Amino acid sequence: MITGQHVLFLVGAMFAAFALLSAFDRTNPKRLGNAAFWGLFALSLIAGSWLGDFANGLIVLALAALAGAKLIGRGASPTTEAEREGRGERFGNALFLPILIVLLIAVTGTLLYLYTPLYETRVFEKNRETFVLLCAGVLIALAAIFAWLKPPPLAPLQEGRRLIDAVGWAVVLPMMLAALGVVLADTGVGRTIGGLVLTVIPEGTIFPAVVAFGLGMALFTILTGNAFAAFPVMATAIGVPLLIQTYHGDPAVIGAIGMLAGFCGTLMTPMAANFNLVPSALLELKDPNGVIKVQIGTALPLLAINILFIWWFAF
Amino acid sequence: MNYLPLLGILIIILGFALRFNPMVVVPVAAIATGLLAGLDLVEVISKLGKAFNDSRLIAIPWIVLPVIGLLERYGLQQRARAVIAGFRAATVGRLLILYLLYRQAISAIGLHSTAGHPQTVRPLVAPMAVAAAEAKHGPLDEATSDKVKAYAAATDNVGLFFGEDIFFAIGSIILIQQTLESYGISLSPLELAVWAIPTAIAAFIVHSTRLMLLDRSLSSPRRSRGEGDHPKGGGGVAGEASATTPPPGSAWSPSPSGDGEDRR
Repeated sequence: MITGQHVLFLVGAMFAAFALLSAFDRTNPKRLGNAAFWGLFALSLIAGSWLGDFANGLIVLALAALAGAKLIGRGASPTTEAEREGRGERFGNALFLPILIVLLIAVTGTLLYLYTPLYETRVFEKNRETFVLLCAGVLIALAAIFAWLKPPPLAPLQEGRRLIDAVGWAVVLPMMLAALGVVLADTGVGRTIGGLVLTVIPEGTIFPAVVAFGLGMALFTILTGNAFAAFPVMATAIGVPLLIQTYHGDPAVIGAIGMLAGFCGTLMTPMAANFNLVPSALLELKDPNGVIKVQIGTALPLLAINILFIWWFAF
Repeated sequence: MNYLPLLGILIIILGFALRFNPMVVVPVAAIATGLLAGLDLVEVISKLGKAFNDSRLIAIPWIVLPVIGLLERYGLQQRARAVIAGFRAATVGRLLILYLLYRQAISAIGLHSTAGHPQTVRPLVAPMAVAAAEAKHGPLDEATSDKVKAYAAATDNVGLFFGEDIFFAIGSIILIQQTLESYGISLSPLELAVWAIPTAIAAFIVHSTRLMLLDRSLSSPRRSRGEGDHPKGGGGVAGEASATTPPPGSAWSPSPSGDGEDRR
């Protein structure tokens, strides 16, 4: 059976290669910092399941220290914009094929596997099939590119490193935030905040409680960057005791749309690094908060709509 | 009740307000919270390590970078722009509305991890959106092209967030089910997932409206930088000012090395 761990081996090997290539990149003044950063991250991906919790924690601290001390930089690009422009003319729309291969294998592969007798073979770990097929698509697409364009052997890794260096430590931040969410949940911070919220809602009317629930989901998500951390807190504080048990609202509506109110918060916070900061870096925007600024105009009306939906549909 | 661990939240708020590096603020806040809640240092670090380890699946989509980077070497982004420039009817708004629909649809059937910022936005959606804008409105200045790219990324997020919960076997639906279960409220994932549909429709309407407004704002009074009416750094001479207009494509070139860390 192919498992999530196998996929992590492959992704880890890729980051290990980025680390090695960084170490020998003379155009990057901070090459050793990059090598250490990607090397430690590769170690976590490959061996994290066997290192033990404390060693993994030390890796987390080391990654934070390398990023905090500004020891990570960028080298020169392996190709120039002008070179790429010229080549694009030559290869035409066939350049899209390898990406389509990746998407097609991941999409149709997952559907075929899940909804045909292929599922009985259990070749993939449950709920990891799309990840495995995404990797398979990448490997097949790379093979096709090598057969067609004959790039230098190290080119895919060099070009991958160019892109990962553009993103930098933001690659690791989402996992850092997930870890923070767990610590906040385990130490009861959520319950404490929930208790404080409960003291400010007026008793006896449904609408203010619905508003407090929806806004609380969004605000707590903005603080922690993760609606998954907010949901148990707000459910415990307002959703279950007030909306469901006191006012007899429909729990399915309150749960489902409450979570979506939290997602509106995700659109507005730099704490949700993988959705908001990573794309800014990946698209090389001047303003790291550029994506968030654009999203606020969608998130606020949608939050209001979600609150109204809970009020209409649950009561 | 012990209110001390709330100081961890305060550290996060202060850290972001003072623009400290979040890679430092976040673990510091986590460790402070743990210590104030009575854990010892080794316990907190272990907890941090375990949680980090458990969330490594987030890193898997980066596996597409070698393919994307390699194709960019052969001119992928330029090609994506050329294709869109050929469609007369293409506008940023229409293109991104189409992508929004696609993103919501594939997320709703559980294929959310087949698209995303590394997988589709950087190689395809963002360059196509910039090209659609340039085909209609001429070369864009950097601020405008950044805005168009930001809309491309935002559209991916909106499509994902308000599509994925329609798929009943997704993490957030399971989390809702388990949380309510602990209060003795038993629901099937499907009962929850149907209630993601009204919000999915609302999200499509709200975001599409904004994308159409983006089209309108791009075509309204041109922010003409090339006409010389934008005195920037001794501009005013038409010939000199037009030199500041980036040639198509230059917005994508890597920034000079060295500013890599301070722009986040």
